[in-house]
Amino acid sequence: MKVEEVPQDVGYLKDSNLRDIYYALDDSGSYCQVASIGWQPRTEALSLVWEHISEEADEIRQDVLQGKKSPLAYHMKIRLFDAGIMASYSGISKKTVKKHLQPTEFERLDDMFLQKYADILSMEVEELKKV
Amino acid sequence: MKIDFEHCPGAHCENGVTVNMLRFYGIRISEPMVLGIGAGLFFSYMPFIHLHGLPVFSFRPLPGDIFARVMKRLHIKVHSRRFLNKDKSMKALDKLLERGIPVGNVVGVFFLPYFPKEYRFHFNAHNICVVGKENGIYTVSDPVSLVLNGLKYDELKRVRFARGTYPPFGKMYWVEKIPTTTPDLKSGIISGIKLNCKRMLDIPIPYFGIKGIYLLARNVRKWEKRYGVKNAALRLAQVIRMLEEIGTGGAGFRYMYAAFMQEVSDVLQKPEFRNFSTQMTQIGDLWRDFAYEAARKFKNRGENICSYDKLADKLVHIADEEKRFFTSLRQSIE
Repeated sequence: MKVEEVPQDVGYLKDSNLRDIYYALDDSGSYCQVASIGWQPRTEALSLVWEHISEEADEIRQDVLQGKKSPLAYHMKIRLFDAGIMASYSGISKKTVKKHLQPTEFERLDDMFLQKYADILSMEVEELKKV
Repeated sequence: MKIDFEHCPGAHCENGVTVNMLRFYGIRISEPMVLGIGAGLFFSYMPFIHLHGLPVFSFRPLPGDIFARVMKRLHIKVHSRRFLNKDKSMKALDKLLERGIPVGNVVGVFFLPYFPKEYRFHFNAHNICVVGKENGIYTVSDPVSLVLNGLKYDELKRVRFARGTYPPFGKMYWVEKIPTTTPDLKSGIISGIKLNCKRMLDIPIPYFGIKGIYLLARNVRKWEKRYGVKNAALRLAQVIRMLEEIGTGGAGFRYMYAAFMQEVSDVLQKPEFRNFSTQMTQIGDLWRDFAYEAARKFKNRGENICSYDKLADKLVHIADEEKRFFTSLRQSIE
């Protein structure tokens, strides 16, 4: 790839100071570094992943509204936490975390306990109780 | 206190930290050189391990391998440490900073505030270099960023103790002693290339190196039938993400390796390595073409979209080319 062929398709890196560094050939045929703001196929790959996550989250949101799942399930999903990751952050067993994804079990938890989940997901307890 | 540390952006976090750290100690080598000496070109596809419900693809060796190999081959003594106690780990970091030593840290990216939201996954093998602390704010040199970034005490503590798959446990590493003589790049280059050929060609199980690419090609053909249109598309997107994810220098390190080949031809004074560089550039172009077509496939855009069979053919072609490349590279180095 030549220097002028390095893609500069504006994507998710737009507002950050992160850049993709490419190695590309200059006019004399030597490799050099070129900073790029993004490449469309890659941005599309990432956006597909996020679309998929938000679809799944929407389904969970419906389940929460119908009383099939607890709000914790939704808040974990949009932050990409599964029961295993949550267990590892909180020190609560995976089995217990899974139990708390059920609305009946979740409602029994007091604010002190919910605070633990809220801290890990960096949100307020009140937010955690609704979707 | 702030260490006088020259921050240079790099393509990949681990290579970049290695380059910047070495430069701090007066050893100036480029990122492609670090990649080459550290035998950093790789491919692995492990269909039996799943992350977020998708199989694991990778274009690099295990995190930490490149750094360790480069330091070993340049005879630099490094120290690394993990912690169970979070506050102790921060104190240990402060002590090193007071002595004026830049400290590499392995962190998780999920809570890293200067990363764009869309890039924040529970990925726990990102490398940064902490180079100062002023009024409770740590100065952090992250190679994928153009400038130095600041992290609060709590933020740094949180990312150092990220949890989930392979938690870093506050892992930090620093240079303890550098040799007085200038390092001998030649022997490092040769053993780096030999190891890289070995890893690409010789690993006897089918998930790694060239064999991994062939396996991926075989599996890609069946994806749509076996997993349905949507999941197959997600799998394909995952390959592209790993191939082009921030930090590969384009085409899953292939372009960076081509740059390494150019430098080798200068250092070893062997003009034939220029040919290897050209070949590797072409392989990189093939990967990019694959990524482009794959993106059109999973976005279902435009006319003449490749089928999974066609994409698999492209992978087979790439694997053939890489096999040829590494076989002749090995012959020329022996």
